[in-house]
Amino acid sequence: MRRALLIAVPYVWLLALFLVPFFIVLKISLSDTELAIPPYTPTLDLSQGWAGIKGFFSQLDFENYVWLTEDDLYWKAYLSSVKIALISTFLTLIVGYPIAYGMARAPEEWRPTLMMLVILPFWTSFLIRVYAWMGILSNEGYLNQILLWTGIISTPLTILNTQSAVYIGIVYTYLPFMILPVYSALERMDGSLIEAAEDLGCSRFQAFWLVTVPLSKPGIIAGCFLVMIPVIGEFVIPSLLGGSGTLMIGKVLWEEFFSNRDWPVASAVAVVLLLILVIPIVLFQRNQQKQTEADQ
Amino acid sequence: MNRLSWFNAVSLTLGFAFLYIPMIILIIFSFNESKLVTVWAGFSTKWYGELVQNQAFLDAAWVTVRVAVFSSTLATILGTAAAYVLVRGGRFFGRTLFSGMIYAPLVMPEVITGLSLLLLFIGIGLDRGILTIVLAHTTFSMCFVSVVVSSRLVTFDRSLEEAALDLGCSPAQAFRLVTLPIIAPAVISGWLLAFTLSLDDLVIASFTSGPSSTTLPIKIFSAVRLGVSPEINALSTLMIAVVTVGVITASLVTKRAMMRQRQDELAAVRAE
Repeated sequence: MRRALLIAVPYVWLLALFLVPFFIVLKISLSDTELAIPPYTPTLDLSQGWAGIKGFFSQLDFENYVWLTEDDLYWKAYLSSVKIALISTFLTLIVGYPIAYGMARAPEEWRPTLMMLVILPFWTSFLIRVYAWMGILSNEGYLNQILLWTGIISTPLTILNTQSAVYIGIVYTYLPFMILPVYSALERMDGSLIEAAEDLGCSRFQAFWLVTVPLSKPGIIAGCFLVMIPVIGEFVIPSLLGGSGTLMIGKVLWEEFFSNRDWPVASAVAVVLLLILVIPIVLFQRNQQKQTEADQ
Repeated sequence: MNRLSWFNAVSLTLGFAFLYIPMIILIIFSFNESKLVTVWAGFSTKWYGELVQNQAFLDAAWVTVRVAVFSSTLATILGTAAAYVLVRGGRFFGRTLFSGMIYAPLVMPEVITGLSLLLLFIGIGLDRGILTIVLAHTTFSMCFVSVVVSSRLVTFDRSLEEAALDLGCSPAQAFRLVTLPIIAPAVISGWLLAFTLSLDDLVIASFTSGPSSTTLPIKIFSAVRLGVSPEINALSTLMIAVVTVGVITASLVTKRAMMRQRQDELAAVRAE
């Protein structure tokens, strides 16, 4: 009886507030006519201009999805989000791996402190960490000041409001998500394996490539998923650092919802985004479950 | 293994410089006299003074703190129960779906979570306000709590629980007297994680908040869109300070608790 209650309460909570809402999104993305009549009419200020949109969309159930394929904006935004996510995940891995490696090879008594130093930024507000880069990357920003002062460049670089700023922002904010799983995989590794490989004639690089990297693969996979999946739907970074030139689907969804007030299209955008993410999310879950079972 | 090679030393130094320099710059320039944030014009604390007098920020901060306290407490209870069920619950109907619903929110883009919850609240006719933000934050942060707690549950020795049961404890007593004290550090860090996730959240709160329940991140975001300002630097510095003090205190407390636990265990072994 107690056990049933223990299972039921979190289960029902997640069903009601995680799973059911997705079906509501799906329904609204398909049947916008119902949006106009209660109980789905959201707020009164929507009523203006709503009739026009409604008339346009109510002809067919899949009209919203047809709309997504017809307007260039949407598929370009999906493609560019996936591209940005893949590139920035790779960059995060390149930057994060050496840090995780250094931590795992550091003297044991340093490691808790190093861990703390990685986790601390992760606890600090995401918004503030993105905001910090606005001052650094702007035309009059600190980076340009230093570069001009040292004479490396003679005219200020435009970095803020470009895709480069988005990449910097993503690598910076998502770095702990990459470092922590890779570090925990590397830390568990038996150091004598490297010695064995070197004794058997491997060069240091070969030993790293043939022994260390494969053994840290679960950590690399977990880290890559943890970075890539949320980045595809990222909103804060492209809207603060990316300027109008950076197209990402999270931003499109946000604007569709808050600026255009077009809820059915916003729902359709969300459903398609979810379909894109289903495969990586399922793979991530499998990976996590396998890890948990291996630990047990 | 005990010396740091030059390569590792360089990568650690550069890595931590990258992680910390942006925040250090932010903190330094919050004490800048000038309104122009990129030009240093002397030391001043006037932006902190202006911040304290800004009623809109204070109201938003109060909303944020209340939401964070309620949602993290609820999330800790639900998340700990979920973790216990997943690790110790054995098989039950829909277990795969359940564990899927625990892991999926960890990586779900916030725009989707926010939109779907908003449409749910409108569908059931719930007015948007502090309650809806609390419900939304509880839902995603309970999953983080559950991951933290279950990682502690899988590593601890199950025979301790079994011993308690053999010695006549009811399952509830065994949980309260044996399991809970052992997993307590994880539960506490789960609560802290849920608390900061809630303090931090912009996207989900934007979808689920009403006009009278603006949270601090929403306020900061609308100010920051207009560009860098010294007042926001001051606010950020205060938030960084609070989080830093909180995290360091929490880690010292859990470290001490774990040391005491280890001493107790050693003493118990010796007594045998």
